[in-house]
Amino acid sequence: MSKIKAENVNVYYGSKQALFDVSIDIAEKEVTALIGPSGCGKSTFLRCLNRMNDVIDICRVEGSIKMDNLELNSRKLDVVRLRENVGMVFQKPNPFPKTIYENVAYGPTIHGIAQSKEEMDQIVEISLKKAALWNEVKDRLDEIGTGLSGGQQQRLCIARAISVSPEVILMDEPCSALDPIATAQIEELIDDLKKEVTIVIVTHSMSQAARVSQKTGFFHLGKLIEFGPTDKIFKNPDNQQTQDYITGRFG
Amino acid sequence: MNLILVTFIILLAFTSYYFGRKKALVIQSSQRLTALPKFYGYYLAAWCAAPALIIFALWSVFEPSIVKTFILQDYTDQNLTKNELQLIYTKVKALAAGTYTGNITNFLDESANKYIQLKGIANSAKVAIILAILIFSLSFAYRSVQKNDRMREPVEIFLKWVLFVASLGAVLVTIGIVFSLLFEAIRFFQAVKIFDFIFGTHWYPAKTFVRDGQPDPELMKDAFGAVPLFAGTFFIAFIAMCVAIPIGLLSGIYLSEYAGRGVRKYAKPIIEILAGIPTVVYGFFAALTVGPFVKEIGNAMGLEVSAESALAAGAVMGVMIIPFISSLSDDVMTAVPQNLRDGSYAMGATKSETVKKVIFPAALPGIVGSILLAVSRAVGETMIVVMASGLAANLTMNPLESTSTITAQIVVILIGDQQFGDPKTQSAFALGISLFIVTLFLNVIALSVVKKYREKYE
Ligand SMILES: Nc1ncnc2c1ncn2[C@@H]1O[C@H](COP(=O)(O)OP(=O)(O)OP(=O)(O)O)[C@@H](O)[C@H]1O
Ligand SMILES: [Mg+2]
Repeated sequence: MSKIKAENVNVYYGSKQALFDVSIDIAEKEVTALIGPSGCGKSTFLRCLNRMNDVIDICRVEGSIKMDNLELNSRKLDVVRLRENVGMVFQKPNPFPKTIYENVAYGPTIHGIAQSKEEMDQIVEISLKKAALWNEVKDRLDEIGTGLSGGQQQRLCIARAISVSPEVILMDEPCSALDPIATAQIEELIDDLKKEVTIVIVTHSMSQAARVSQKTGFFHLGKLIEFGPTDKIFKNPDNQQTQDYITGRFG
Repeated sequence: MNLILVTFIILLAFTSYYFGRKKALVIQSSQRLTALPKFYGYYLAAWCAAPALIIFALWSVFEPSIVKTFILQDYTDQNLTKNELQLIYTKVKALAAGTYTGNITNFLDESANKYIQLKGIANSAKVAIILAILIFSLSFAYRSVQKNDRMREPVEIFLKWVLFVASLGAVLVTIGIVFSLLFEAIRFFQAVKIFDFIFGTHWYPAKTFVRDGQPDPELMKDAFGAVPLFAGTFFIAFIAMCVAIPIGLLSGIYLSEYAGRGVRKYAKPIIEILAGIPTVVYGFFAALTVGPFVKEIGNAMGLEVSAESALAAGAVMGVMIIPFISSLSDDVMTAVPQNLRDGSYAMGATKSETVKKVIFPAALPGIVGSILLAVSRAVGETMIVVMASGLAANLTMNPLESTSTITAQIVVILIGDQQFGDPKTQSAFALGISLFIVTLFLNVIALSVVKKYREKYE
């Protein structure tokens, strides 16, 4: 089942084109990995999916991106609703300088999801549990979120993202600031989450892409060079550039 | 004479810089240099200028008092008081300079001649000594340049000392000011009880003025009550903050979060121009435009409004302070990391929600700091109050009446007739030191708050 269908997406920063005719089909409740050398436009594409490119003045997006048949790249789209449905986890953990509780409760408060304090408590607890952080922080929910370790902060950000029960979660190199143990925890988490949500993850680690994803897309110089099942991309790619990148001959 | 001497030393230092550098290039052809050629230049220049200038400075400090001692030696047998001696010395100097108009006694004439003679000797000696020192230190430095000694360390040490002396000077001047304030204030508190000053509710120092004689201690008792001044100071500052905080904060938020790059580029400097307007200009603006305007509106509403109202002064002061708050709060909000904004937007927060729930709280300590700095600025402001809110120290909480502040009263005390040692004059120092303590307190809190805020993101 296709969740997101992008067709001929072109993105420009001012006069500089960053993406060229990208078309991709992202399947529901699967993990899709985007790989490619630095500056090839992976983040740019990811940010099209929750309209975060709106924040950048000079950025212009053309083409069609449909999520469940809803056109995302349209003026009429309710961006607030979209972002409620499409969560995002960033490269550098960015918890708000608020308490752990407030960090997780941020989304539900904005979107008016919880009707009562009890309900909010419950949402916070479930989100933290899903993010595998509950046991570590349950006794100090009123401590400042920025005081956690890097890996804990990233899981807090994941808890924050899933607190509003999104259908899609976008992750932009979520483990690049973390050590191997924290990375393994996050990867495990991704595996759990994909039962309920569609995940798109940008990563520079081939092994991570191979471990967590079902589909992989390879970007190069703003173009989607090859897209297919992860197994195939890693074992038997059609394209020579893909082959070279995966075997580490350039990048 | 002095000017020529100093110019000569400085020119010589410049010359020796070039000379040293050239010498280094010569040395370079035969051996490895110990530092870049310019260090050889600095080394020579420093040895040329520093000793000569230090001696020059010391000489200039001590010469007058030595000459004075020599002159007044001739008068020791006359049993004169210190003041009389001082008077004589002034006359001698005037006579020597040819500006004396009184009747000239033989004795005075003799002293003046002696003075001129002494001065002449002192001057020649000064030039001779300084030339000798220049020759000595330059030849010493030149020898070590020739020997290709290590050049970098001495130059660095020299620079360290120059910087040290500069900061020592700044610190000493500050300490000196504080102590002279303290000293005079203590003398004031010998005449007026500190209790009467801090808790007295009546400020009317003019009534203690008595021609030739000691003022009545009973009068002193309730002439120097500073409560109305403190109240007026904080009241006007409060009015100012009521104007400045909302407008400043809102415009700060607009500039940092909403304004496009183009708007920001022009709006920010324009707002900062407000901070560059001299306070006197604000003062007459308050006195001539805002004051009468407030009075008219008040009268139209049937209120009793004085032409010089606390409201007019406070409001104009508030306008003056807006750029402080808006510019500083814009800075601290812009400094909130972009990834916090992204995190909030990605959760589906709107711009105003992001500002309210993430950016403003994150920047709050810095904003509080900027507000406290603004308050201390308001408390210390003088011109606007002097011009717009009057000089009568009324104890009132009515913004439509005139009231006065600590700073304005200091002006009042020091512009009229004054006499050192008079409690009225000394009260200015007591006021000054209280104001200093208040602003110091505010600044210390503000700086520590700002510092704490910085640590949070590092
Ligand atoms: N805000 C921006 N303004 C201008 N150009 C940008 C901006 N963001 C990205 N670009 C340009 O767009 C191109 C793609 O950038 P993007 O961040 O999508 O690359 P990426 O694949 O995510 O790289 P990395 O792996 O280093 O994160 C780059 O050439 C970059 O210079
Ligand atoms: Mg990127």
